[in-house]
Amino acid sequence: MKKKFLALILALGVISGILTGCGGKEEVKEDVIKIGVFEPLTGENGGGGSQEVDGIKYANKVYPEVLGKKVELVIVDNKSDKAEASVAATRLVEKEKVAAVIGSYGSGVSIAAGDIFKNAKVPAMGASCTNPMVTEGNEFYFRTCFLDPFQGKVMAQYAIEKGNKKAAIITQIGDDYSTGLGNFFKEAFTKLGGEIVYHGEFQTNEQDFNSILTNVKASGAEVIFAPSSIASAGLIIKQTRALGIEAQIMAGDTWENIAIIDVAGESAEGVVISTFFDEHNTLATEEAKKFVKGFKEYLGGPDEIIPAVASLGYDAYVVILNAIKQAGSTDGEAIRKALVDMKGVEGVTGVYSFDENGDAKKDMAVIKIVKDGKFQYIDTVVVK
Amino acid sequence: MDLSTLVQHIINGISLGSLYALIAIGYTMVYGILLLINFAHGDIFMMAGYFMIFSVINFGLPFFIAIPLVLILTVLLGIILERTAYRPLRNAPRMSIMISAIGASYFLENLATYLFTGVPKRYPEITWLTKIVTFGDVSFQVVTIITPIVTMILLFGLMTLVNKTKVGMAMRAASKDYEAARLMGIKINWIIGITFVIGSFLAAIGSILWGSKYPSVYPLVGMMPGLKCFIAAVFGGIGNIPGAVLGGLTLGLGEALLVAFIPSMTGYRDAFAFILLIIILIVKPNGLLGEKVTDKV
Repeated sequence: MKKKFLALILALGVISGILTGCGGKEEVKEDVIKIGVFEPLTGENGGGGSQEVDGIKYANKVYPEVLGKKVELVIVDNKSDKAEASVAATRLVEKEKVAAVIGSYGSGVSIAAGDIFKNAKVPAMGASCTNPMVTEGNEFYFRTCFLDPFQGKVMAQYAIEKGNKKAAIITQIGDDYSTGLGNFFKEAFTKLGGEIVYHGEFQTNEQDFNSILTNVKASGAEVIFAPSSIASAGLIIKQTRALGIEAQIMAGDTWENIAIIDVAGESAEGVVISTFFDEHNTLATEEAKKFVKGFKEYLGGPDEIIPAVASLGYDAYVVILNAIKQAGSTDGEAIRKALVDMKGVEGVTGVYSFDENGDAKKDMAVIKIVKDGKFQYIDTVVVK
Repeated sequence: MDLSTLVQHIINGISLGSLYALIAIGYTMVYGILLLINFAHGDIFMMAGYFMIFSVINFGLPFFIAIPLVLILTVLLGIILERTAYRPLRNAPRMSIMISAIGASYFLENLATYLFTGVPKRYPEITWLTKIVTFGDVSFQVVTIITPIVTMILLFGLMTLVNKTKVGMAMRAASKDYEAARLMGIKINWIIGITFVIGSFLAAIGSILWGSKYPSVYPLVGMMPGLKCFIAAVFGGIGNIPGAVLGGLTLGLGEALLVAFIPSMTGYRDAFAFILLIIILIVKPNGLLGEKVTDKV
């Protein structure tokens, strides 16, 4: 009896690991079109991934059908891990035979899975993966967001405009998003006449930043650029202030998550980030107005804050659906062609067409600041 | 480097080191008696964090009720873990228990992800612990200074328990040969239970101090401390309580000084921990204080 119970517990442990990875239904149905959702639901990017999935699920609710068939989302968990990402991606293309894929939050896992989608000729639509390498040399990977070089440039420009000359950078080793953004910021900031006085790196799951920050303090940096995952963000902010460092803290789009303010508390005041979307943005599309209202209700009330990645997830779904409609079939090549030829499909964060790399032609970034415990819109930057 | 920066680095190191030490004791004690590396220890630490969040933030309990409650719940979790994952395998090969420990660890991590999602939650602020103290250019939280003191008090308490009490004697007997100890009338299950109680208790204390310093709890929050503290325990000589403390302090201080003196190497802190582990395994496989194999607890 005891042994059976133990076996059960062990089996549960194993199954729970697998279960979190498959939300979709297993049975094969002829009258549905399957779209894979390749996102981290667990691991260090689980928080952001879940928000993106919320946006995709909502889009599926708003537009449940294409070509007269029901669209079924097959959600797999890539666990924020490059090795797991390959497993999850293979599952989508080989077992689930999805027509197209949306995802992933986190550039590293998207890059890791890129070749699998390419070889299977399944078009993939990244929502918020901002590293250039995601779509480079992969004609089947597209994305709805802007890129890290652009984002790094926007933040460097903002830092310089505010009169900062010395910057410190803190990035996460092995994370393509974090190192990418850090390097592009470095490049742009030095080009604009600033100086990088310290560059500290940390490993995934690190919680103690005191040592790095002590070096930052000694370097006399006026601004700290620390693009990283949500899990480390709150801790970096909190420890920076606890060490008595008053430098301006800045980061990229991943930080736009209320969990960060929740963790960092008052220390988060004044943190500046760049992001893709804001509901108060006056340049927003018609689709955006509809989305803001409907999605807030979907999330549970008018006070809910819409994460930018959720709006990008929504857009990725809308774009893919449009491409399938244009292609008139679920054939990978046909969908890919429809995406390449796409013109003027309206999403929440902009109007979509794709360049030769498969990146959305976007020239707009939103800058937000943390004020009174909230992310508040300060500016929309349009780059010509 | 100016003096205040160096002092700041040393304070960072000692504080982090004592936190490592506290958690490492839990590993070392369980290993000392069961020869089992309790891989789920870091996850018990993580659950303790969630217990605190739920009692203070969700149920609005004041700290003087919440803290004892967290200690009790964590200890209960430790007991449940021992009962369900380890006790049924008491006579199985050691490899099976090890696998069971890894399974338990994954189970707790995934359970937490399922129940509380992957989004980090704020650890409730014990205001007097998180207060910032400044001396010139050196700045730290009260908890940074409290941690080494708490670690030392617990270390001495534990040493007294192990060396001076009847329970401690039974523990030492069990650690030497638990079959023989059983034959001598020691209730072995009870002693092992006590070990888990103490280990989980220390994980809970560690989690309160850790949470005050790094106020963010997410399902994988126990992974890094778990790994580092395991290394600390092995470095100090697994099975040896002062060894765990020494190992923890060496690791914490070593990491801080690595970052201080070779700023370009900050990303290799974890590598430092593993290199330390490899060196000690080659030079002194029993760990720094691990020579007295006969007195493992």
